[in-house]
Amino acid sequence: MSWTRKHLLGLQDLSRDEIQLILDTAEPCKEIFTRPIKKLPTLRGRVMVNLFYEPSTRTRTSFELAGKWMSVDVVNISTNLSSVAKGESLKDTAKTIAALGADFVVIRHYAAGSAKLLAETVQVSVINAGDGAHEHPTQALLDLFTIRDKKGTIEGLHVAIVGDILHSRVARSNIWGLTKMGAKVTVVGPPTLIPPGIEEMGVDVSYDFDEVIPHVDVINMLRIQKERQVAGLFPSLREYSALYGLSRRRLDRAKDDVLVIHPGPTNLGVEITSEVAEDPRASINEQVTNGVAVRMAVLYLLSGGKDIP
Amino acid sequence: MSLLIKGGRVIDPAGGIDARADVLIEGGQIVKVGADLPAAKEEIQAEGLVVAPGFIDLHVHLREPGFEYKETIASGTRAAARGGFTSVVCMPNTNPPVDSRAVVEFILAEAARSGAVRVYPIGTITKGRRGEELTEMADLAAAGVVAFSDDGSTVMNAAVMRRALEYGRMLDLPLSLHCEDVNLAGHGLMNEGRMSTLLGLPGQTRAAESVIIARDVELARVTGGRIHVAHVSTKESVDLIRRAKEQGLKISAEATPHHLTLTEELVATYDPNTKVSPPLRTREDVEALRAGLRDGTIDCIATDHAPHSRDDKDVEYAHAAWGMVGLETAWPVIYTHLVLTGCLSLIQAIDLFTRKPASVFNLPGGRIGVGQPADLVLFDPNRKLQVTEELLVGKSKNSPFIGQELQGWPVYTIVGGQVKWVDESWR
Repeated sequence: MSWTRKHLLGLQDLSRDEIQLILDTAEPCKEIFTRPIKKLPTLRGRVMVNLFYEPSTRTRTSFELAGKWMSVDVVNISTNLSSVAKGESLKDTAKTIAALGADFVVIRHYAAGSAKLLAETVQVSVINAGDGAHEHPTQALLDLFTIRDKKGTIEGLHVAIVGDILHSRVARSNIWGLTKMGAKVTVVGPPTLIPPGIEEMGVDVSYDFDEVIPHVDVINMLRIQKERQVAGLFPSLREYSALYGLSRRRLDRAKDDVLVIHPGPTNLGVEITSEVAEDPRASINEQVTNGVAVRMAVLYLLSGGKDIP
Repeated sequence: MSLLIKGGRVIDPAGGIDARADVLIEGGQIVKVGADLPAAKEEIQAEGLVVAPGFIDLHVHLREPGFEYKETIASGTRAAARGGFTSVVCMPNTNPPVDSRAVVEFILAEAARSGAVRVYPIGTITKGRRGEELTEMADLAAAGVVAFSDDGSTVMNAAVMRRALEYGRMLDLPLSLHCEDVNLAGHGLMNEGRMSTLLGLPGQTRAAESVIIARDVELARVTGGRIHVAHVSTKESVDLIRRAKEQGLKISAEATPHHLTLTEELVATYDPNTKVSPPLRTREDVEALRAGLRDGTIDCIATDHAPHSRDDKDVEYAHAAWGMVGLETAWPVIYTHLVLTGCLSLIQAIDLFTRKPASVFNLPGGRIGVGQPADLVLFDPNRKLQVTEELLVGKSKNSPFIGQELQGWPVYTIVGGQVKWVDESWR
């Protein structure tokens, strides 16, 4: 299996083998973290631009560090400080970045399809760091990596993805990745946050977290945005938390070896309690570490690398 | 000046004609239709062509005044002539909107000066299209509007809509309605369903359309007003209109070539040329619209020709302007996808572009008869062309049909006896 793609736009297009290759490549990348000197010369002279149209701490920092450990020169563009704030279009910004000589553009954008638009505009490797509610492939890859790391395999596991499925790119990318890798997926949330036709992506739907929780091996808790309550999608955070929050009491009804993950940032006390976030069954901080490893692997593969030192 | 159209297959649904015949035009009028008419000063050899009444489009956006960078009366009517249309009805969401006599007069004057085809303006229902106060509907009618519409928006206040229908009764002009509940539609960018879920694009529930149609049917019932439902796109809407017609209400409806042939699957490209209001729906909706055409629930085909410049379209899907151009391709799209497939007969299809739209808005034309204005289209049922940007002769190129090979293209468009468009590359 060798890597032939120029862009990473989503997991929908990837084969099981390609996903496997990214996860396998991420293993030695993670090992590099334990070294006293982390930096590898592998991608010296390459330039990566982080183009973020939405606020983000962990994804942006994670990409930045992944680049730096591989000796990539990293430039961050946040749109409130750039000519985007002066009304420049995405396509023009992309062309400018390409003209400046970038090798990779990492894009986070509120509009679905933006990463694809960028990839069609410029001759630069585009990595989708989240486009609207469409895809967030590196987040799903780090979730897969974490699950495989903790469980040994993904095949045959039952994973619950809980919360705001409707607006979640993390959920969509996870569904593609998990089902391709042979896991069974149940999405859980109130009917107003479950998008129509989601079953066609190969998942089961449940509105009853308590009914689902004893049967699953992995629980992926999604962040609930408080604006959704204002938009009338559920009546109160109190009721949401009571029905779909992960409390210690609810967690204790799960299998003993259940794995809890969360893409962060968490709304402690809403979708997850601080007690659960710190529980040994949760791997939220390790996900962050794994995120850097997975992104190193992605940069490495997209630049046509043959073997990792 | 006389012009003889010689040897074509003359099809006129209004007169029940389908025969090989010559058509003689003098002084801008049809003076004789028959076999082997004597030679005239000018002749068009029409062997192999169908000679039909000029097409009539009840729904176009000519963008002038205010958005001349997208389209003008001159460029939009040029697109119309290229598509075989001899009359277009233009929507009033210009800037300023057509909510006063002065703007109606401007459009009519500009159309007389630079228009390639006949132009009939629509006036707004409410001042500034704000949905609050009625326009001076009688004055607009006296100035020459043929209908009223706040197209692009729905009059969301049902009480205002009720008064518009009631007041409009004295004028006997229809209200052409863009039916979209703004609260239900929300920020939706495409049809809500499996595709919006897959693509992560905000969906717009199909009920946003049918809820308003249901409301306006009930308002038409209590007021006796005349409503025309623009760009019907869902199965439920077709059902509501069918039932209202059965109950004898004064209701008519149109469907667009794109809603009759394209589905939401096309949005998977994130191509902004697929972004349109109402959005592209499902295969089941397309079938329901076609059934509605066949049983008369839907009265006519209208394009909703909505030109947008490249800068308005070549952006993120969320930011792209709504709408697609349609005048140039409407007939070949219907001919290729509905006539050649056997969904409609050729005569039915022509009827939906001619007699029927004329009768819905009570416009002249739409037939081939002695004494009628010589508004004709001559199309070649065998001519195949691939849609390209160059083929679209209006100012804007935002068509989802670019790249498709279509058949049945117009070759001559004749308005008032004058050739307004001819395909020089034909033969």
